[in-house]
Amino acid sequence: MSSYLLSAVCFIPALAALIMALLLRGDDEAAQLNAKRFALVTTTVTFIISLGILVQFDAGNTGFQFVEEGEWLLGLKYKMGVDGISVLFVLLTTFIMPLTILASWGVTDRVKEYMIAFLLLETLMLGVFMALDLVLFYLFFEAGLIPMFLIIGIWGGKERIYASFKFFLYTLLGSVLMLVAMVAMFTDAGTTDIEVLLTHEFSYQSFSLLGIQIVGGMQTLMFLAFFASFAVKMPMWPVHTWLPDAHVQAPTAGSVVLAAILLKMGGYGFLRFSIPMFPVGSEIMTPLVLWMSAIAVVYTSLVALVQEDMKKLIAYSSVAHMGFVTMGIFATTQQGLDGAIFQMLSHGFISAALFLCVGVIYDRMHTRDINAYGGLVNRMPAYALVFMLFTMANVGLPGTSGFVGEFLTLMGTFPVNTWVTAVACSGVIFSAAYALWLYRRVVFGDLIKESLKTINDMSTREKVTFAPLIVMTILLGVYPSLVTDIIGPATAALKDHYDTALAAAEAATQMASN
Amino acid sequence: MTIGSDLNIILPEIVLSVFAMVALVGAAYGGKDKLGPLLVWATSALMAVLAIWIATGGSGTNVAFNGMFIDDGFSRFAKVTILLSASAVLVMSQDYMAKRGLLRFEYPILVALAAVGMMMMVSAGDLIALYMGLELQSLALYVVAALRRDSVKSTEAGLKYFVLGALSSGLLLYGASLAYGYSGTTLFSGIVQTAEEGHVLLGLLFGIVFLIAGLAFKVSAVPFHMWTPDVYEGSPTPVTAFFATAPKMAAMGLFARLLFDAFGNAVADWSQVIALLSLLSMFLGAVAAIGQRNIKRLMAYSSIAHMGYALMGLAAGTQLGVQAMLIYMAIYVTMNVGTFAFILMMERDGAPVVDIDALNMYSKAEPGKALAMLVLLFSLAGVPPMLGFFGKLYVLRAAYEGGLAWLAVAGVVASVIGAFYYLRIVYYMYFGEEREALDRTNPPVLWGFLMVSAVIMVAGIINMFGVEGAAVAAAEVLVN
Repeated sequence: MSSYLLSAVCFIPALAALIMALLLRGDDEAAQLNAKRFALVTTTVTFIISLGILVQFDAGNTGFQFVEEGEWLLGLKYKMGVDGISVLFVLLTTFIMPLTILASWGVTDRVKEYMIAFLLLETLMLGVFMALDLVLFYLFFEAGLIPMFLIIGIWGGKERIYASFKFFLYTLLGSVLMLVAMVAMFTDAGTTDIEVLLTHEFSYQSFSLLGIQIVGGMQTLMFLAFFASFAVKMPMWPVHTWLPDAHVQAPTAGSVVLAAILLKMGGYGFLRFSIPMFPVGSEIMTPLVLWMSAIAVVYTSLVALVQEDMKKLIAYSSVAHMGFVTMGIFATTQQGLDGAIFQMLSHGFISAALFLCVGVIYDRMHTRDINAYGGLVNRMPAYALVFMLFTMANVGLPGTSGFVGEFLTLMGTFPVNTWVTAVACSGVIFSAAYALWLYRRVVFGDLIKESLKTINDMSTREKVTFAPLIVMTILLGVYPSLVTDIIGPATAALKDHYDTALAAAEAATQMASN
Repeated sequence: MTIGSDLNIILPEIVLSVFAMVALVGAAYGGKDKLGPLLVWATSALMAVLAIWIATGGSGTNVAFNGMFIDDGFSRFAKVTILLSASAVLVMSQDYMAKRGLLRFEYPILVALAAVGMMMMVSAGDLIALYMGLELQSLALYVVAALRRDSVKSTEAGLKYFVLGALSSGLLLYGASLAYGYSGTTLFSGIVQTAEEGHVLLGLLFGIVFLIAGLAFKVSAVPFHMWTPDVYEGSPTPVTAFFATAPKMAAMGLFARLLFDAFGNAVADWSQVIALLSLLSMFLGAVAAIGQRNIKRLMAYSSIAHMGYALMGLAAGTQLGVQAMLIYMAIYVTMNVGTFAFILMMERDGAPVVDIDALNMYSKAEPGKALAMLVLLFSLAGVPPMLGFFGKLYVLRAAYEGGLAWLAVAGVVASVIGAFYYLRIVYYMYFGEEREALDRTNPPVLWGFLMVSAVIMVAGIINMFGVEGAAVAAAEVLVN
């Protein structure tokens, strides 16, 4: 068991970025190609090494594995580790990154800086899923904003300035409250070690603040502070408005990373912090969160229906899919939790692929306006096939990974809140409507637009980019146990912990009232 | 206590004062302004040597002149920060001042005298010693603010600073007289014993308020901040850099010294006042800077906001709070040295430029410098993983543990508002449109300070270069 495996995986991209920044000179075509190749090799190597984590991972062990620990400033710790919940997100990140680099092959402006930004971003995203210290987590969680801010702002579209500022300030405002809650946890428990905090019981005695009775006491307040951060990151309705802007303006690779990985941090945060650390607070807020999720599913699906911009449409569909995730998480049933993680992973593949699909035609036509397309199947049969597969996966067709996630979350929520499930189910129909309509308008029909008559089908590079995503989407669709075997024990332990904590809290409250 | 041992304790101050006086006489009778460059280097070197001497040589708590002067871990921490930053700023000034004919021999001497005053301030154990140090510092600063004699703005800055500074000194003196009147002593160690059951006499309370008002002026905390933007803008840029660093550390050190040594038994009496100053400073600094296009004025508001965070540590009234304030100030000073090194390099056709528009697409022309500035800006904004974030984390933790959770929440909200204007500079440097470019001059000294400061902001998160341990020790002596 190599004990530095996680740190190695996490920091290889940053190291490569440093090397690139110091050693790579010039901005001619050869230098640009070198930068791209170097980044591709780095991310691929990182992925291969990260497979080592998966191979050595023991799914039966519900504790943290590959743990590394060291002293740090201010009584904080440098502590890394993965468990059944986080290990697959680490793999998802390392898996997606080489594809985003491949998808950026057409970039010509400041290529070196572009690649450095993406490599740094990879390190920071991996750190989020590996960190086992509150402040270390926060550090990675927040620092990711910087490269993403630059990626949107430098290489983005026309409205990139507005989008990048909105992205940065919106998410920063969400997270700073979490920082205060973290400080409070540090003071209360005397440590920032997540492993210890998971077993620490935070006070749930009600008290009144400025004349308002806070049911659930500190737990509720801390839950809300964390919720502010994760709900923005997720994003949940009604704080999702930064996402469509950021997605539309970001370059293709930026959108891919945003949709496939950055959006997962919110869901991961709920699973890692909110549910296990503040069970009482979570339980009090559960109805609210469930209804917010149901509204998100229906409302954003309807909004997606009227979009004229392809990226915006997919962005809204992402919000809807994340609605299923929060619903599954806060149902806190075995199926719900499994489904939520599954849905996040599957969305990572599908949304990445859909944004890449938009990127393919955007690179050729330089527009994302749905009306500018039509009849692409005539000139681009391979593209039409790929796009169809992922449209179907997005709709949740059985046999694709999208189905498994949606079905599990719905099944997990049904016994908890039937009405929410019923509302969310209708969202499935709307999602079929917008996705299929989009597909019809772009791909089918006659090829009448003059400008499209010379469009070419996908190049080999593009096909190579899509291949792994196709494999994963179908593989997970027909054989979901690949994932559920790994996450199952961890989610079962999480659910146990949650139920036990709630039962203990209830018993204590009754004791007090007697 | 013999006079010999007393003198031994204040030897660093004596060395610096004697050096300043000898240099003054020597230059006045000797080469005059021709000696300017030499004196800058000599003063800077001497201050750096003294800093190392104090950092490595001193130990324990030594009291001189019957408690007037205290040399302890706390004062040593502050003195090292003051001397190192003053030394750095002096070296950085050389090029800028020489180009504009401002490198008069008085400049380094005045800085040295100001530094003596600051060292006196952080070591003061008595109201009279406090006032002496403060005035020595202030008088030297009034003059350097007006160093560019033929510029209306510079003279105006000097005059404004002087008039308002005199007013604040008056307030402070009035507070000191009240404190003396109600406690019967000017010694901090005597005043501290008059508190009963955690509260002081009502008259003494008035004294505290006036003393705090006078000191708040020196650290430019709202509502005593009005002079800051004008003085920052009007003074020659190296002088602005000096204002933003060493005197801030000294005033904060004095603030802590006075509050804990003289009123440490009545924390509840002043904690809310400091908390209010902190709250107002953070928000005004964050909001008012948004409208600024002049980078020097922007940095003035930025420093007001930063003082708000440092005061948050003091408001906690605990040992952790003092420790947080010291670490915050050390980080703040380092960031500012780097930032001002960058501002000093902003020139077009040899003339200084202060408009942030001028930075349009700076990253294309100077990728290295732009990146270093980017790091510093994110650090100033307190975004992780930069060291500036850890400074904020410290004070937040101190405030929360000191029972000021509301202040911590307000602080993080203000930091988001403040992030906007730092981001806007990043926006000009990276996303803007290409316009008339700035000169591509890279004076090695300035370039070096910029890069070192940026590297510290990133690499410092590993162990803070041991500053944390020193701050813990310093806070321990002050709060017991």
